[in-house]
Amino acid sequence: MPHLEVRDVVARYGSHEVLSGVSLDVDRGEVVALVGPSGSGKSTVLRVLVGLLQPVSGSVRVGGQAVDYRSAGQVRAIRNRMAIVFQQYNLFQNMDVMRNVTLAPIRIKRRDRREVETLAVALLERVGLGQKLHAFPDELSGGQQQRVAIARALALRPEILLLDEVTSALDPELVNEVLDVIRDLAREGMTMILVSHEMAFVREVADRVVMMDKGQVIESGPPAEILDAPRTERAREFFGKILRH
Amino acid sequence: MERILEQLPRFLSQRNLVLLAEAAGMTLAMTAAGCLIGFLLAFVIVYLRQTPGRWALPVRLACIAYVEIFRRIPFLVIIYLVLFTIPLVLRDASLFVIAVVSICIYATAYISEIIRGGIESVPRQQVEAAATMNLGRLQTTLWVVLPQAMPVIVPPAVAFGVSFIKDTALVSQIGMFELTFRGKELNNQGYSAVLVFGTIAFVYFLMSWPLNLWGQYLEKRLAAPRSQRRRRTLRQP
Repeated sequence: MPHLEVRDVVARYGSHEVLSGVSLDVDRGEVVALVGPSGSGKSTVLRVLVGLLQPVSGSVRVGGQAVDYRSAGQVRAIRNRMAIVFQQYNLFQNMDVMRNVTLAPIRIKRRDRREVETLAVALLERVGLGQKLHAFPDELSGGQQQRVAIARALALRPEILLLDEVTSALDPELVNEVLDVIRDLAREGMTMILVSHEMAFVREVADRVVMMDKGQVIESGPPAEILDAPRTERAREFFGKILRH
Repeated sequence: MERILEQLPRFLSQRNLVLLAEAAGMTLAMTAAGCLIGFLLAFVIVYLRQTPGRWALPVRLACIAYVEIFRRIPFLVIIYLVLFTIPLVLRDASLFVIAVVSICIYATAYISEIIRGGIESVPRQQVEAAATMNLGRLQTTLWVVLPQAMPVIVPPAVAFGVSFIKDTALVSQIGMFELTFRGKELNNQGYSAVLVFGTIAFVYFLMSWPLNLWGQYLEKRLAAPRSQRRRRTLRQP
């Protein structure tokens, strides 16, 4: 049984249907990459999973349990098991690095402050920011902010980590420092769903690639299969465009 | 002019100066009290106004009605409304209480619009990030949104309070012993109107000018990036 099971999820922004029946499985320890043209609904899948957008129909199961996104309690519970990292980092601008990382574990999850602080320092050292514990977000580069955001997500000890185009807002020379961190996490067996346009990176870390278009999954399989020998015309066209250069 | 010069020594007697100083203090006190309470109530109004959910619709409508109505009524009318309705709730309310309540009603409506603007200036993504980390609405507001909105809120709110110092002159209409009322009194005692109201104009200026400078200082200081402000490590939870 897959750890995360998404079935026929439909979601709308107003009257505009952004997901028209998306199904997706993620096993424990698996890294799944969502790829596809912009507007295809990749990021929306992640937003639905963390309860930022309520699905209209379909089902989501985590560890075999169905999640009812209309229930505030169940949304809270699901957010305890997943953490998301955003394209724009979204660090709290009024807090320094340490407080960004420790706020939710201490104040919301009520974990022991000492233990959380030790973990936070370890995580920040691991992403190469041990020297920046008390810096504010506006003192950091985009790449540094994004690494803090990853540390902040990891401090929540999620079962599944969602990464929403985490390198898209970065200057090219800062992309690798973030990808290195994700590569490490993949090696350690972290369950991840990542939306990415970095095809070389996807090929390297993903166990499975899911290609989306117009709110639907059109292909899914191992990276070599999907990226090199796509079956559908739409996928061939897409990869032809982005892999050519 | 001759009359003014002739009256000047007598006008500047210790008794009159103390009277004026007290009246100025009264003006400041009621403005400060009314605006500070109004500032706090404005937060409550804005918070209630943004309550999500269908069941909260009456609450939201009530808040909108309050803000829209009281911003559109002349302050003098609010004073009379308070003067004549307060006996229903509170017997023997002093004129000071009536003045403060009036200022408060008006300030709450105005400042709540300033606060709402400040809150809307904080990127929505900050709130979303907080939500995915299971921060509740109140926690998100207190820990994430308001600290970032304050630099946008404080300068215009201070400017409102400072400019309101002069508008409180209207409460002299109900016999409150504030600055303008004392002026009228002295005028009635036979002092030249030019002398009396010239002095009073000067006192109003003396009260609002330094506060205005303070407001500008705050604006500059709050506009600086957070990292360059004095660190307040005490507030770390």
